[in-house]
Amino acid sequence: MKIMICPLNGPRPVSEFVYGGEVRHAPDPDRCSNAEWSDYVFNRSGSPGIKYEWWCHIASGFWFIALRDTARDVVIATYPADKARELAPVEPPS
Amino acid sequence: MPHRLIRFGLSRKHPEPRMFTRHESLKTAYDVVIIGAGGHGLAAAYYLARDHGIRNVAVIEKGYIGGGNTGRNTTIIRSNYLTPEGVQFYDESVRLWRDLAEDFDLNLFYSTRGHYTLAHTDSAMRTMRWRAEVNKHYGVRSEAVDEAFVKRGIPMIDMSCGGHAPILGALFHEPGAIARHDAVAWGYGRGADRRGVEIHQETEVTAIRVTGGRVVGVDTTRGPIATPRVLCAVAGFTPGILDKVGLRTPIYVHPLQAMVSEPLKPWLDPIIVSGSLHVYVSQTARGELVMGASLDPYELHSTRSTLDFAEGLSAHMLDMFPFLSEAKVNRQWAGLADMTPDFAPIMGVTPIEGFYLDAGWGTWGFKATPVCGKTMSHTVATGRNHPLIEGFAFDRFTRYQLTGEKGAASVGH
Repeated sequence: MKIMICPLNGPRPVSEFVYGGEVRHAPDPDRCSNAEWSDYVFNRSGSPGIKYEWWCHIASGFWFIALRDTARDVVIATYPADKARELAPVEPPS
Repeated sequence: MPHRLIRFGLSRKHPEPRMFTRHESLKTAYDVVIIGAGGHGLAAAYYLARDHGIRNVAVIEKGYIGGGNTGRNTTIIRSNYLTPEGVQFYDESVRLWRDLAEDFDLNLFYSTRGHYTLAHTDSAMRTMRWRAEVNKHYGVRSEAVDEAFVKRGIPMIDMSCGGHAPILGALFHEPGAIARHDAVAWGYGRGADRRGVEIHQETEVTAIRVTGGRVVGVDTTRGPIATPRVLCAVAGFTPGILDKVGLRTPIYVHPLQAMVSEPLKPWLDPIIVSGSLHVYVSQTARGELVMGASLDPYELHSTRSTLDFAEGLSAHMLDMFPFLSEAKVNRQWAGLADMTPDFAPIMGVTPIEGFYLDAGWGTWGFKATPVCGKTMSHTVATGRNHPLIEGFAFDRFTRYQLTGEKGAASVGH
């Protein structure tokens, strides 16, 4: 991967971006168990696969989501940050 | 021509034993199956056979012996860590390293050079003093030293580092050493092989069978094996193996690249590390500079090389050693580093009975090869974690008891 298509700025060299980790769903800290919380804080899906990830275009400070194959280093698609809601819906506090 | 060589040449079968026995087929059952024939897996097999009398062991390797991170690291051996757990563990490893060549009857080119971790800022000096004090407390020879000491030890260095990162001092670790990494895997492999351990190369584990929370066997590309105990020592491939048994860990995989220069006249005796400049470098017996830097910046399960890495590392090398501007880079490669959030490994028993883990070795695993073999063989033989690896236990994350070793990582990853 040498070029990434930023949803805001278009195609840019990958050196202009930083990786922000996989898009994950946080459990409700008031309702989850200690084990669920430590699983969220520490554990990761470490094996290769096609994953939704947070990326940031540094020059414009623009965060977005990329769907990337971590075995082949190929970006399949990029989406605006709104996509996160669809992937990991945040439960409203009760 | 010597008589022995003529006899060897004319002989139909090889009169000398081969380095490793080639086994045509797998047995149906073993006492222990070790996944991964790298340094760690072979060392565990070696000590299981030598010290615990467990010889009915199969080491299953999907590639070839020592073809993973054992053959891809920058071979630095040191014990100048930050946490008491780390210092004691790696110090035991350094002790084991010293007698290893004799144990194996094989030249490991183990070369004690002295190891400088350069400090370019006041806060880095503070960490060096901290590490020196922890090290000395456990009898490890480390000293915080000043600029003049560094200049005497490394006369060729530009103390201003191009004017933007002047060297204020260093952590000097006298036992710091390098060794020939391939020979380590071969030595352990041959030693295990001679004691009855079977090494099966080009054999991939496709499934691990677990019944009632206990390991009962593994399936491989060359057939199934029944076994009550499995040791997983596969570095960057750990998450894939753990998926097969349904265990979750914090391990994430980033590539770590390295490169070597063309051979040069010997000019660099000690091992040099600079956290601020993201460089570690040593000169091998044949004159090549072995250089490494920090991890690639994002998750990837591929050992491709990048120009960014070679450019960035070269620029920082030139900050320290401007006279290298004409030196050429000979080779560049990458390995898959299985990183953990606290920069300490994950070792020992797991929630699955009979499934043992030696992983999370990220960028710091080569130096630990002997002590990992020792402690993991003890753990597999007795079913209980060896006292030296208690700080690296699988369940430390659920207990929120991390072993923070990031301050002792050679460069700020």
